[in-house]
Amino acid sequence: MGDNITISQSELIALVNQLVDQKVNARLADVEASLKSIQGTVGTLSENCPEDRATLVVFSGEMDTLFAAFTIAVGAASMGMEVSMFFTFWGLTALRKDKTFSGKAVGEKMVAMMLPNGPHAVPTSRMNMAGMGPLFFKYLMAQRNIESLPNMITLAQELGIKMVACEMSMGVMGVTRAELLDDIDYGGVATYLGDAAKSKITLFV
Amino acid sequence: MPIVKISRAMKELQTGVTLTVTASDPSFKADVEAWVRKMNQKLTSFTDSDGIQIAVIEKVS
Repeated sequence: MGDNITISQSELIALVNQLVDQKVNARLADVEASLKSIQGTVGTLSENCPEDRATLVVFSGEMDTLFAAFTIAVGAASMGMEVSMFFTFWGLTALRKDKTFSGKAVGEKMVAMMLPNGPHAVPTSRMNMAGMGPLFFKYLMAQRNIESLPNMITLAQELGIKMVACEMSMGVMGVTRAELLDDIDYGGVATYLGDAAKSKITLFV
Repeated sequence: MPIVKISRAMKELQTGVTLTVTASDPSFKADVEAWVRKMNQKLTSFTDSDGIQIAVIEKVS
């Protein structure tokens, strides 16, 4: 006590600078650590955040149900969304361009015989009346200037909607790739779930 | 479907240009309003006289 320490101004400045550096570095390490943790959280969040995507499972194969599915899909695409459609069981009819019998087993031939030839020949889910219903609806829709189902399917392809045929139901029903539209994808339940998990909208029609 | 045609026509336009659409679809007003909201565009005016609906949409983005 009472000792006077003499220190030059430059020494004092150096000392102060050293102390400031120590403090700043300690604080910076904290900030860097929390920044790293925030970056990690943001990465996880954006990975799990849904995209602007709609995913539809098309299970049924009637004129009205298919029309509803394609109207939603085409509408979503027009609203800037990415759209995926998965066609399984009766829904495969929407993608059918052809029907073949050669090279198929008896059971597969029978299924092929009983299924509609394509989206132009599908029944209605109600009021089918042995095929009169679809004719009547086609007439009503044309009168109201509404696109036909085959046109909606073409439109969906033009708009870049991803259409995926379910390989498993194709196998069960003996549907071959040659019978379906060109430029479509093929996949299974994981393909659907992968897209559905990243979608804001997912529907089963 | 009006929104399909609107969406296609708007793609061809430059920012600041307006598109005038005439439609008879009864749900046109609701649809076009939802469309501009989702697509961040602007509905400048909407008129309806005896079922002839005219929407003017400005491309803002």
